[in-house]
Amino acid sequence: MALMTRATDSGMHTEQLAGRTQQRFFRPEEEARFTYPHAFEVDYGKRAEFDAADLEPSQINLKLRELMSQGYGTIVLKNPGAKHSIAVGILNRLNLEIQGSLGYFGCGLVDGPNIRVRGRVGWSCAENMMAGTVLIEKNAGSTFGAAMRGGDLVCKGDVGARVGIDMKGGTIIIGGRAGAFCGFMMQRGRMVILGDAGKNLGDSMYDGTIFVGGKIAGLGVDAVPGEINEIEADWLERKLKLYGLAAPNGVRSLQKIVAGRQLWNYDNLEPAEKKLIL
Amino acid sequence: MLQSMKHRGPDSTGYALYGTPRGHELVVRFKLAEQAEMSKGFDIHGQVKQRRAEVDRRLAELGAKILEAEPATEYAFRYRIAYEGDRRRLANYVEDVDGAEILSMGLGLELIKDLGDAAQVSGQYQLNGFKGSHAIGHTRMATESDVDIRSAHPYWAYPFADVAVVHNGQLTNYWNGRRALERRGHRFVSNCDSELIAVYLADRMAQGATLKDSMKESIEELDGVFTYLVATSDSLGMAKDVMAAKPMVLYESDRFIALASEEVAIRSVFPHEIDTFDPYEGEVRVWQS
Repeated sequence: MALMTRATDSGMHTEQLAGRTQQRFFRPEEEARFTYPHAFEVDYGKRAEFDAADLEPSQINLKLRELMSQGYGTIVLKNPGAKHSIAVGILNRLNLEIQGSLGYFGCGLVDGPNIRVRGRVGWSCAENMMAGTVLIEKNAGSTFGAAMRGGDLVCKGDVGARVGIDMKGGTIIIGGRAGAFCGFMMQRGRMVILGDAGKNLGDSMYDGTIFVGGKIAGLGVDAVPGEINEIEADWLERKLKLYGLAAPNGVRSLQKIVAGRQLWNYDNLEPAEKKLIL
Repeated sequence: MLQSMKHRGPDSTGYALYGTPRGHELVVRFKLAEQAEMSKGFDIHGQVKQRRAEVDRRLAELGAKILEAEPATEYAFRYRIAYEGDRRRLANYVEDVDGAEILSMGLGLELIKDLGDAAQVSGQYQLNGFKGSHAIGHTRMATESDVDIRSAHPYWAYPFADVAVVHNGQLTNYWNGRRALERRGHRFVSNCDSELIAVYLADRMAQGATLKDSMKESIEELDGVFTYLVATSDSLGMAKDVMAAKPMVLYESDRFIALASEEVAIRSVFPHEIDTFDPYEGEVRVWQS
């Protein structure tokens, strides 16, 4: 009920697509509109696996959807062959294990699944991720977790440039090194880089927090050092342990980077909170 | 590898292949017309014959001995020649023939490029039997210059033997760089910004710089977003701009180096699980055979 009130109070409306595009006002009292199309009820105990070696990316995603529609909650995908746009748009809980590497845009736009990739991922992994966990065992390409809104995104190896660019929430953890421009225009959320960070770290960040365990090649405009508090230290300890990672010299040795300037037109309030203030 | 990246651009495909040099003999790959002209040009078939005869005459005039001459297609040719003279002069004189463009001239390098995807071009030029040590290649989606052979990658670093470049990105100081190099006597055959990189590297190496140093300088002097590969008879190099704005995936083992814009290309050669990674911003790497 709280969610419904907030949505109504803030005057939200949305578009619904029904064949041809048509705009309808968002009516939170209609329960059906709170569920995603193609979000399935699945059973973690029901397990399936399939080989993607000879499948096109769209066929792989359709196969995943077909299995989820049949209630499979644990799926093992073999031989992805670094194909692009695999495991995107999964909007329900799911345990997905990908035995191999993904190309560009893997695991994008997901809201809820737990995905483990045994290999590497290419550019823009988990872009616009909303909830769930995506864990990469090896390395990752650039724009890792771009525009991410929620959930945990973890890479145990090294990642390229622009990690968490335009990040709006959630947590990104990098076990190794990260390239330049990480956290560029970051607006919310937390980023933990246990290795070295490239130049222009946190450039033009509005808000959010970045923790770095190694050397920082250079801070971007508006990014400044901060001090880790007790709550953050506890959180870091718990979060890293969850993924079998550890800060090189303990969490208290991590460097904390925050936004050094409040932008005149930016705040971190939810729409309903903003309306209350206004 | 290239065929698996057909989705990046089916307009043209090019290969720079490095075979085993035969002493001082040069392999010259050149074309005498564009593919599209062959079906449209008035009497183009006769003109190509005349152009080829003129190329042969000019080679003889400069003292180049043709050891082997074979047509790769109706409009592209592969010559093996013995020539000890000035290569720039030879290239300029041959390219002065109407429609002629030298695609490559080198001891080991053979540069093949044409319209179509990787399988089409490889089949057309019968590349499956080629044996060599290393190669670079490119599939092109034409963006800022025409769909023709002269705008296709790789680019030979005229007049340097055995140097070829492929590039992904856009150079924003192309015209300034080109004019500066033209003033130094270099020639450009296309309006493609990628050609600037090849000529730039050739110019630096002509002044005595090493390949690696030339590449490092290019990171500072070339403006824009780019990742490029360069190959010589015994080296393979990669460079990435300071913004790291263009992709590159790298696999390195004791026996193989494989680089590509997308990992799917590397997986087409190494389907088993391997460790790959992205080079970082401003990074230059050179491997020597």
